Amino acid sequence: MEADVTVIGGGLVGSCMAYGLARLGARVLVLDEGDVARRASRANFALVWVQSKGMGMPQYSAWSYASSEGWAGFAADIRDETGIDVVHQRPGGFALCLSDDEMEARRRYIERLQAQPGAPAIPYEVLDHAGTKRMLPDIGPDVVGAIYSPADGHVNSLKLFRALHVANQRRGVTYRPESVVDSIEARDGGFRITGAWGEARSARVVLAAGLGNARLAPMVGLDAPVIPSKGQVLVTEKVAPFLHYPMGTVRQTDEGGVMMGDSQEDAGFDTVVTNPVISVMAERAMRMFPLLRDLNVVRTWSASRVMSPDGFPIYAQSRTAPGAFVVTCHSGVTLAAAHALVLAPQVQAGALADELSCFSGTRFHVPQAA
Amino acid sequence: MFRRLPDSPAETLRFTFDGAALTARRGDTVASALLANGIASCRTTPAKGTPRGPYCLMGVCFECLVTIDGTGNRQGCLVALEEGMRVETQAGARRAVAP
Repeated sequence: MEADVTVIGGGLVGSCMAYGLARLGARVLVLDEGDVARRASRANFALVWVQSKGMGMPQYSAWSYASSEGWAGFAADIRDETGIDVVHQRPGGFALCLSDDEMEARRRYIERLQAQPGAPAIPYEVLDHAGTKRMLPDIGPDVVGAIYSPADGHVNSLKLFRALHVANQRRGVTYRPESVVDSIEARDGGFRITGAWGEARSARVVLAAGLGNARLAPMVGLDAPVIPSKGQVLVTEKVAPFLHYPMGTVRQTDEGGVMMGDSQEDAGFDTVVTNPVISVMAERAMRMFPLLRDLNVVRTWSASRVMSPDGFPIYAQSRTAPGAFVVTCHSGVTLAAAHALVLAPQVQAGALADELSCFSGTRFHVPQAA
Repeated sequence: MFRRLPDSPAETLRFTFDGAALTARRGDTVASALLANGIASCRTTPAKGTPRGPYCLMGVCFECLVTIDGTGNRQGCLVALEEGMRVETQAGARRAVAP
């Protein structure tokens, strides 16, 4: 066999898994699509975000928090290996509220989130307008307050994507682009993976193909019913730094552009940017920070993000084809550290930890009532 | 470096670049007016502070950014020169200012 593990998917999730496995000495083959792949890794908002995650599944809250705690070390390792600074920063993040109702709803949401059994106590503060303005002097009069959590941060996700590919190349990971997988067969204690490009064999296989996992998972007895969730983003011209904290919907990148985002639509694979959606996003962002009003938007884009039926990740090893794993999630940036440093070692060891069993795709097998 | 075509409009416009009094012709863009005056660099980049100047002259490359009458990050190649314009080097990133 040419590899110990084949990772199908070369986006952020697949690259993190390949990186984590290669660090442990595994011979890794990455099969990727080409530049026209539906690649959420090139279109995401680049938050390492914790404060609002995990309603309905406190384990996801803990998992996200653990990843955010591991992120600084992960970023330092990558910088040491590649010389690329992915600009991870964790100054804390804000959810800004534009009405008293919104403020009250968000405050209650965080209380309910953290009251769930087993949910981690993620530090946060409820701030009024004056308290928010002390940390964010440029907010407008419409901001009634905010939830601030020191656990939140952000990163340059394009630099992260590049750095992972550089690190993987240096560690001897074989990367094959333009390699769409048509079939995966369990045979001879391993897997035979084929496509128009040829075939590959390895002892293990990790499905990290984002939306492609819905098609691939059943080939090895797994279930990953992910569907596209359309997200649209705007970015302004580069301006001198003035936002020193990320918001859930507005952030200034290390290079100066201000990103506005967070739309979510069920639109199939349509990725056309639509004016009604981006104008609402821009309007809210301008009420938060009136000085955005005079800036030029230089690009807008949208992408098909990966969404499971309940929004949480899917991690599982196949029962019928042991050695086949599925790894798929919405927040590939936030969870990058957990994937590389916690999940990949479990795949290398051949078994997922018990505390991750709640993320198995079998949770969607509950018989439908009515 | 550049010479005007013989059929250029004759009307002369006055403007300043970083305080220096210059002239160009009606119909010039700000970028072409700078080039006609031998000015090849009109901004420094936000990332590394490297000097840059007009390149594509069709609104695509964003290399010709200048401050015009106090407004930063204007694309010089897309703005028609007007009498009395105050053009300045775009030094690094524009500052966002409250309206």
